[in-house]
Amino acid sequence: MPVIVKNLFRFSLFMLVQVYVLDNIRLHQMVTPYLYFLFILWLPFHINRTLLMIIGFAVGFTLDSFRHQPGFHASACVLIAYLRPFLINILIPQEGAESNYLAPSVQSMGGLLAFMVYAGLLAFIHNAWVFLLEAWQFGSVWYFLTKTLLSTAITLVLILITELIFSRKQRFRTNTT
Amino acid sequence: MRNIFLFIRRYFNVLLFVVLQVICLLLIVRYSKYHQAIFGNTANQITGKINAGYNNIEYYFHLRQTNDSLVKANEMLYNKLRYSFNLPDSVNREMLDSMKVDSLYPFRQYRFSSAKIIANDVTLPNNFLVLSKGSNDGFKPGMGVITAQGAVIGIITDVSNNYAVVMSLLHKDSKISGKLLKSGETGTLLWDGKEPNILVMNGVSKGAKPIAGDSIITSGFSTTFPKGLLLGRVISAKPDEGTSYLKITLRSAANFNTIEYGYVIDNFDAPGVNKLLEKAIKQQ
Repeated sequence: MPVIVKNLFRFSLFMLVQVYVLDNIRLHQMVTPYLYFLFILWLPFHINRTLLMIIGFAVGFTLDSFRHQPGFHASACVLIAYLRPFLINILIPQEGAESNYLAPSVQSMGGLLAFMVYAGLLAFIHNAWVFLLEAWQFGSVWYFLTKTLLSTAITLVLILITELIFSRKQRFRTNTT
Repeated sequence: MRNIFLFIRRYFNVLLFVVLQVICLLLIVRYSKYHQAIFGNTANQITGKINAGYNNIEYYFHLRQTNDSLVKANEMLYNKLRYSFNLPDSVNREMLDSMKVDSLYPFRQYRFSSAKIIANDVTLPNNFLVLSKGSNDGFKPGMGVITAQGAVIGIITDVSNNYAVVMSLLHKDSKISGKLLKSGETGTLLWDGKEPNILVMNGVSKGAKPIAGDSIITSGFSTTFPKGLLLGRVISAKPDEGTSYLKITLRSAANFNTIEYGYVIDNFDAPGVNKLLEKAIKQQ
């Protein structure tokens, strides 16, 4: 399957799950489960940063259109799309893993821990940014902090489950093939 | 000149990042102010179609609840019919109205039209609903929406040809004028963003002594809702420190988790009243 088709399919699936499943779960007022931005984390290594940010904007904007409030998630997605390459550079263990593997995964990041740090940091940044933009309306620092931490915890659990169910087996690519 | 191009090429990603963030912030600020954005209509059409498709499936799972609520609404209407009242007093003798039925039409003030709710949020900090009818059916921004039982849901903020977006009572910008049924004191209903179905009412003077279970109705001071529609019931009332007002917590009459149908209220007097108000504001 071509990469673009695969990603378009993935994109619509993530959006539908986020809008019609996760947004309807009412665990607690402090918890908003987010999963859709995993799409950005799963994009291939070789995408250049300009395109990555534009994709991020499109992803956030789509969710915002469903919620009738443009701006909030688009802003957060652009932020994590901008920060993603920095984090990958820091966390990737061995030289050349970017060219040997297609996309960030447990395998290519060199272990579950590294991948969860990568996903956890970006999830925290995303949630904090969204709630910060929303908190202009409701105030209160403690409310903001607890909401961010609890939501990030739930999001991480969701990401872990998704990783376990849809394990993305990746071939080790070498120069010979 | 060459240096400028070099600079732009070197820092293109940073610049793009800043530009995109500024666009986002502009969208946030503009949209919450004017409740419409440049893309409003197109996004409405596309997401509206997807929502309608999803609702088509989900609708079957709520048929029982929808049916129950309609039966209840019908019961209420039967009880309002003239023949369900006994009139023993000769003063209340039934009289034949000299007015012709047809001629009533010009005097009608409100018209209710039903619409299916195809998308509904309660968990977000600012919640919206989407109706399956739009400007083709005469819906306009500013019209009120109620449930089959006559409980207030919200106000239309945006319409496209086939869909309408409703700002629910569970929205931080939602402000509706309410009134205590018993004592007649008026105040403003807001949502503090914490729990669905729980609202706050401000601006009621401390003289009023509402108790738990008291009804709060629409005041009829705006052109959106007729007087006397149920908004909610009081849970508790506490004096607000530092002001001379009470802070009333109430449970909304509409249960936002289960609504399936809404009735949109068209007030035929609204254009006239609003024109007068605009004139008065201009003259200030």
